[in-house]
Amino acid sequence: MSDTWIILGATSSMARSFIRDLAAQGDGLLLAGRNMAELESLAQDCKLRGATMAEPLAFDARDPSCFAAIIERAAQDTGTLNAAVFVGSMPDQSEIDADPALVDGTVTDSFTGPARFLQMLAPVLEDRGAGIVVGVGSVAGDRGRIGNYVYGAAKAGFATYLSGLRNRLGRSGVHVMTVKPGPVDTAMTWGLGAMPFMTSPDAVSRDILKGIRKKRNVVYTAGIWRLVMLVIRTIPEPIFKKMSI
Amino acid sequence: MRWKSADYSGWGRALRASGELARPESRSALAALLADTPAPAIGNRRSYGDACLNNDGKAIDMTRLDRFLDFNPETGVLSVEAGLSLGEITRIMAPRGWLPAVLPGTGFATVGGAIAHDVHGKNHHGAGSFGQHVQALTLINAQGAVRVTPGDEALFKATMGGLGQTGAIASAELKLARCKGDIVTVTERRVENLDEYLDLLDKSEATYCVGWIDATARGANLGRGILEEAETGAGLVPPAKSSKSIPVDAPGFALSSAVVKLFNAAYFRRVPARGRSVVKPISDFFFPLDRIHDWNRLYGKRGFHQFQCVVPLAETEALREMLSRISDSGRASPLAVLKRMGPGRAGYMSFPMEGYTLAVDIPNRDGAERLIKQLEDITAEAQGRIYLAKDSLSSRERVRAMYPEYELWAAEVAKADPDGAFATDMIRRLGLRDTA
Repeated sequence: MSDTWIILGATSSMARSFIRDLAAQGDGLLLAGRNMAELESLAQDCKLRGATMAEPLAFDARDPSCFAAIIERAAQDTGTLNAAVFVGSMPDQSEIDADPALVDGTVTDSFTGPARFLQMLAPVLEDRGAGIVVGVGSVAGDRGRIGNYVYGAAKAGFATYLSGLRNRLGRSGVHVMTVKPGPVDTAMTWGLGAMPFMTSPDAVSRDILKGIRKKRNVVYTAGIWRLVMLVIRTIPEPIFKKMSI
Repeated sequence: MRWKSADYSGWGRALRASGELARPESRSALAALLADTPAPAIGNRRSYGDACLNNDGKAIDMTRLDRFLDFNPETGVLSVEAGLSLGEITRIMAPRGWLPAVLPGTGFATVGGAIAHDVHGKNHHGAGSFGQHVQALTLINAQGAVRVTPGDEALFKATMGGLGQTGAIASAELKLARCKGDIVTVTERRVENLDEYLDLLDKSEATYCVGWIDATARGANLGRGILEEAETGAGLVPPAKSSKSIPVDAPGFALSSAVVKLFNAAYFRRVPARGRSVVKPISDFFFPLDRIHDWNRLYGKRGFHQFQCVVPLAETEALREMLSRISDSGRASPLAVLKRMGPGRAGYMSFPMEGYTLAVDIPNRDGAERLIKQLEDITAEAQGRIYLAKDSLSSRERVRAMYPEYELWAAEVAKADPDGAFATDMIRRLGLRDTA
């Protein structure tokens, strides 16, 4: 029996690689996002690559009224139900500095929207007594930096949420895995200049699948970022506050 | 769409470009981009020279437009976005009994690139060229999005092997070929010299037939090598070995003539004197070098040239002459291939002609250019032609002489892209869009 996956933010570059790997395994896919035309084309791609089922579903992190329909649709399928969250938005920090109202959208996209969705999904997963939740955070959430601290704060909130959800769902046999990518070669980072230890969406997907197999709790990708962020987190605040990294 | 400043090159790395690249991830983004800023489309940059370069200009990286769009199991017609690689199609479709009808020597080549060079494969003698299996494609050019089928004869023929000059290839419909499964049975045999080689190539009845040639061998051994004949099949073999990559540019002596000679002698003896048959995963046979990522770095930071020509069947003395020049020069690399081609070709500027094709890598060192010029002279004398997907050194007069349908191509390109928006470094170097 193949698994069914709910994918939030399915059209993102990173999600697309992961979804294709799931399709090749013959999993069923509920592809949720904002751009229905893109989702339909992605669903077709997945079916041709081997997915047993692929359906586009409307999802907007800022519109909780669309959440219930997705969960109802997912609950129709018997068998193991999993979810992966790739949503998030990263406006330039300088834009947020100029327009503080952008804080709300950033936090909704990257934290509270997906958290509310998972909160609604949790009882369904608990009932089934199995399943996997993959939540994509960011190394930016490990420490607030001048360059993107609002996005970082949202991702930090999401990571803390996932840690608590892991604590809760683990008791029902549901595994929650937090993924913390460093820079990934996606449309979001294209043309932003050289970035350290950049990895590809395909490599992120391989790391996620490996993390799932090994039941890891927190996965850094590329793996070097676990070490880099360990160092960055240990820098004392009096020194860190003067740095621009 | 954001543009990224990048230094990039073709596979040979001898020619380089710096410019701005965009990488759209959806067909709608591509259409918007081309309406606003028409620029040449490039794929995984597996052509060797400058066909994929636009120095000081813009180019569109198509590699994220890699979706499967439709497949009809009744007809075997697969519709895909043009940035999808042929290796990915093979990986997904071969276990289901379907293969791209033509596969070049690397699975990293994209569908768009395979069309723009009308590539050929190890089955060219039977299956013809890649473009002969294209049922339709979508071009985006000054006229907007245009669906082109073989019925649109002039535009279709100007696009197959047309170096991307009729517009950006956005998607294509490919007629796949049936295969028995995702393994191949390969029969390898030693061939002692050129005469025996040509004789075996002429007699071969295998679906896939290609030969490695020891380009360092001289005298009585001239033209020795290993002939590979293969058929697809069903069965179970260990999975393809995991890929390795070459992390740094190798120093110049890595492929010095002494090293290459030793390597080639050992490689020749790898196959027992009586020959052998082996069963391999399909990708290991079709894309033998893809397991070593960035193998082009073995040639060091100056890169290399690949010379590839085809000469008519009767011109075996030209082949002998070329092989002598190459082995005498001491500049050959281990990578050299000989194959018999059929007449199949799909476009005005397609490379294939019925005859023998020889491909040799030549490190970009002093004297490489002179050697390649000599090989081109011999090719021209023999009424053959060189392959633009590999070229980085040829000239305007030579290419026009070797491609008799050039004028038909140029006329159609002038209609499809009147402003020259899709011109690349190769087009400018060879003066292919010059109107005189």
